Amino acid sequence: MIASLPVSQHFTATRNACKLCTPLGACLAFSGIEGALPFLHGSQGCSTYIRRYMISHFREPMDIASSNFGEHTAIFGGGKNIRIGLANVIEGYNPTMIGIATTCLSETIGDDVKMFLHEFRKDHEGEALPHLVHVATPSYTGTHATGYHDAVRAIVDVLAKPGPTIKGLVNVIPGMLSPADLRWLKQVVADFGLDPILLPDYSDRLDGGTWSEYKKLPPGGTTIDQAARMGQAQATLEFGFTTKQSTSAGTLLEKKFGIPCHRLGVPIGVGDTDALFDKLQQISGRPIPESYTAKRERLVDSYIDAHKYVIGKRVVVFGEEDLVVGMTAMMGEVGLKPVLCSSGGKSGKMADCIHAAAPEIAEHCEIREGVDFEEIADHARELKPDLLVGNSKGYKLARELNVPLIRVGFPIHDRIGGARILHVGYDGAQARFDSIANSLLEIRQQDSDVGFTYF
Amino acid sequence: MTTTQILADRRAHIHEKGTAPFNIACEKQSVAGSVSQRACVFCGSRVVLYPIADALHVIHGPIGCAAYTWDIRGAWSSGPQLHRMSFSTDLQEKDVVFGGEKKLYQALVELIEHYRPKAAFIYSTCIVGLIGDDVEAICRRVSAETGVETIPVHSEGFKGSKKDGYTAACNALDQLVGTGDTTGISPLSINILGDFNIAGETWVIKDYYKKMGVDVVATITGDGRVDDIRRCHGAALNVVQCSGSMTQLAMKMKQEYGIPIIRVSYFGIEDMSKALYDVAEYLNDKTVMKNTQNLVRDEVSNLVPQLRKYKHDLQGKRAAVYTGGAFKALSMIRSLRTLGMKTVIAGSQTGNKQDYKRLQELSDEGTVILDDTNPLELAKFLEEKKADLLIGGVKERPIAYKLGLGFCDHNHERKIGLAGFEGMLNFAKEVHGTVTSPVWKLASLRDRLVDRHRLLDGDRSRNGNRFVEGGNAS
Ligand code: SF4
Ligand code: SF4
Repeated sequence: MIASLPVSQHFTATRNACKLCTPLGACLAFSGIEGALPFLHGSQGCSTYIRRYMISHFREPMDIASSNFGEHTAIFGGGKNIRIGLANVIEGYNPTMIGIATTCLSETIGDDVKMFLHEFRKDHEGEALPHLVHVATPSYTGTHATGYHDAVRAIVDVLAKPGPTIKGLVNVIPGMLSPADLRWLKQVVADFGLDPILLPDYSDRLDGGTWSEYKKLPPGGTTIDQAARMGQAQATLEFGFTTKQSTSAGTLLEKKFGIPCHRLGVPIGVGDTDALFDKLQQISGRPIPESYTAKRERLVDSYIDAHKYVIGKRVVVFGEEDLVVGMTAMMGEVGLKPVLCSSGGKSGKMADCIHAAAPEIAEHCEIREGVDFEEIADHARELKPDLLVGNSKGYKLARELNVPLIRVGFPIHDRIGGARILHVGYDGAQARFDSIANSLLEIRQQDSDVGFTYF
Repeated sequence: MTTTQILADRRAHIHEKGTAPFNIACEKQSVAGSVSQRACVFCGSRVVLYPIADALHVIHGPIGCAAYTWDIRGAWSSGPQLHRMSFSTDLQEKDVVFGGEKKLYQALVELIEHYRPKAAFIYSTCIVGLIGDDVEAICRRVSAETGVETIPVHSEGFKGSKKDGYTAACNALDQLVGTGDTTGISPLSINILGDFNIAGETWVIKDYYKKMGVDVVATITGDGRVDDIRRCHGAALNVVQCSGSMTQLAMKMKQEYGIPIIRVSYFGIEDMSKALYDVAEYLNDKTVMKNTQNLVRDEVSNLVPQLRKYKHDLQGKRAAVYTGGAFKALSMIRSLRTLGMKTVIAGSQTGNKQDYKRLQELSDEGTVILDDTNPLELAKFLEEKKADLLIGGVKERPIAYKLGLGFCDHNHERKIGLAGFEGMLNFAKEVHGTVTSPVWKLASLRDRLVDRHRLLDGDRSRNGNRFVEGGNAS
C-alpha cells in the first residue's frame, strides 16, 4: 500500500527543531538576577526538561520550580497550585525574586496569573515577600528567544524605579549571550569610566566557581537594587535588531523613564564592535582605551594573515537570529562566504538585518527563518558547505557532511566550556576567527597526501 | 554547612533508617514548588518506547517536549536510527484554538511516506489533552490509509507521573505483541524486557544469553525492532529488568499467553550472575546450566582480581544513590559494597512502598532513604552524611560537583556501559576515577587559602606592623 505513495518533499511536522520553547528563554533571563529563582506555572515535565537541557550546557546548578499541575489543576485551574508552589519556594529558597513564566498548559486553560499573584500578595500582606515577576510564555507563539526578551522586559517593568538621572549609569540589555560575553560587555563599559547595569547578568550564576558549602541560590547576578536604578540611567544600550523593538526592555525604559535607548547590532566582528565603541565614546565623552585599539589592530592583522586560507569558504550558519546575523557579519569581514543563514525563529527580520550588516554576502546567501535542522540539512547537502557555524545540535549534519562544526551559541551539549565561549568584541571575533581558520587548515592538512607541516 | 528546613509536605517522603518505624510516603504527585527531579507522564512513555529504532516517534504538541528529548538517550541501535530523530507537530496558536487534528494527520502521512517506518508511535503531550484532539481516530485513519500501524500513546504530561507514562507505553506495546508469526522459536528462548541498550548494554546481556545457548526473541526495547516485538509472545520466558516500567507488559503477556516472568537486574556481580542462573534454572536444560556455570565462573574469575586495586582505594568511602526507579538502587548498593563502599543516601524518583522497604532492609543504620527528592534536600543530606560520591543523572551532577564530591552518571545519558560483568569493571573505573581525582584537592585548597589569609590577617592585627619592622631591621 505504502509503496505507491510519493515520497514527500514537504513536511508539516518539525523535524529536529532549530529552536526551543519560550519558557526556557524566560528561565535563562530570570537566572540573571541575584537571588532569583525561575518558576514555571504548568506541569512538572516542562521544568525538569528545561533544567536538564540548561544544565547540560552550563554545567551549573539550575533550579526551576514548578507549580506541578495534575489532572484536577488542568480542570479547575492552577490558582491553588501556584499559591502552594510560591509559598514552598519562599520557604525553601528565600529568594529575592521569583520569575514566574507560564507554560503552554496554563496558558491554554486560561489561568489568570496576574490575579493569582494579586491574591497571593493579599494573603501575605505585611510579610516581606520576594518580588514576583510574571511573564506569559505560551510556547506556541514564539521561541526561546522570544521568551528571553519578554522576561527581560517583565523584570524591568516590575523592578526599575524612577528617580533623578545618574550620570555615567548605563543600562546594558545584552540579549541571549554567553556568560563570557556578559563579562566582556561589563568590563568594556566600565573601562570607559561608566557604570554598567547588565540585565540579565548570569555571568557568575551560570558560570561560577567552586563552593565551600552548598548555596541554595548561586551567588552573582544583577542585584534588585541595580535593577531598580535602571530607571535612573543616562542611557540604555540594547543589542540585536531581530527582536520586536516596540516591546523590548530598552523601549520600555525609554517610554517609562525617558532614557534614550541605543540599539546596536550584537557586537560580533569588527564592524559591530566598532559601532559599540563609537557609542561608548559618545556616551562617556572619553576616547577608546588604548588596550582595545591594540586588540582591534591585532584582530585585523590576524584577518590579514589568514585571509587566504578562508577566502570563499562556504559556511552554513544556524541558531538564534541575532547570533546568526552577528556571526554572518563577522565572517563576511574576512571573505568567508555564508551560503545559508538559518534559524528556527520567525521574526521576519533576519534577511533585512543580514542585508544591513553584511550587504556584500547577503546577495549570494540563502536566508531562511522558521526552519528545522532537517530543512537546513536538505539545503546544506546541495550547497556543499566547507564549514558549519552554530550550536552543538548541528553535529549530526556536520558528521554527515564530514565538515567541521564551529560551536557557538546555545546549546553546546557535546563539549565542555559552552558558557565560556566568547562571541562579542574584538576578543570574541579573534577567538572565533582563529578556530575557524585553524579548523580549515586542519582539514587541508588531513586531506593532503603529503601532510605538510607549514602553512 | 547550609541549613535547609525540610518542607512540611516533604517530611513523610524521607526516612532515616533506625530513627523511626519504616513508613515512607511515595507514589504521590510532586509537591508544588519543591523542584522535583522528576519529569512527566510523557517522559515515562518516551524513555520506554524511544529505543525502538525502526519506528516513527511523533510528538504531538508544541515544540518543547520534542526538542528537549531529541536524541536525549544513549539507546543504541545496531541498524536503523529513526528513533534518534525528533518529530513534532509543533502546534501553533491557531492549532491550539482550532485543534491540531488536521496538522497531525498531514504530518503523519508525510512522515510515513518518507521514512517508511515499521510502526508509528504518536505521543500526546499536555496541550493535546486540553484541546481535545481525537488522536485515536487520526491514528486509526492513518493506519488504514498507509498500512503502517499507527499507535497512540496517551502521555499527556499532567495526567499522572512518569509511572503512568510507563503504563501508556506498555499499552502501546501491547498493541504490537501477538501480531507476528512465532514459528521456529526455540523452547529455550526469552525476551529481554526493561533494558534499553544504553551504551550498548543490551548487546552485552544478549551475548551472555547466547553463550548460554538461549535465544533472545525480542529486546524490549533496547535496540528494539517492531517485528521482533510482534512475535515476542512466542518466547518461553520474560526476563524483566527495570520492573517499574515493564512489569505491566509482562503481566499482560502472562495473562494472555501464559509466559512466566522473572525479575532481574544486570548491575553488579551478584545480581548479574543471579540473572543468568535464574534463567538457566527456569529453562531447566542441562547444557544451558553447564554453559551458565562456565560463563559465570570465567567472567567472575576474570573480573574479581581486576576490581581489587579499585577496592583498595575506595574502601570505606561513602556514596549516595539517586535513581529513577528504586529497584536499580538495590543493585547499586550491592555494587558499591563490592567496591568496599558504604551507601549513606539512597533514593529514587518513582519507587513504590515495596521497593523502598527492600531498600531500607538492605541499607545500613543511618542511611537516608529519599522519595522524589530535590536539589536542596540532596545537598543537605550529602553534606550531613559526608558523602564522597553521588550516583545519579545529569540534573544531579552539579550538586555533587559544587559540593566537591565525585559523580557517576548512571542514567540514560551515560556513554559507558555499566551492566554485566564488564559493566561492573567500568563502574569501578568510573567511581574510582571521580572519587580519587586530584581536582578535589584544588577545590578545597581555595578554602585553605581563604583560611590562611584569615590567619595572616589575624597575625597582622595582633602583631601590628611587624612585617614592616622586620623588613627595616634586615
Ligand atoms: S508544553 Fe510548552 S512549555 Fe512545556 S515543554 Fe512543551 S513547549 Fe515547552
Ligand atoms: S508539556 Fe506536558 S508532556 Fe510536555 S514536557 Fe511539559 S509536562 Fe511533559
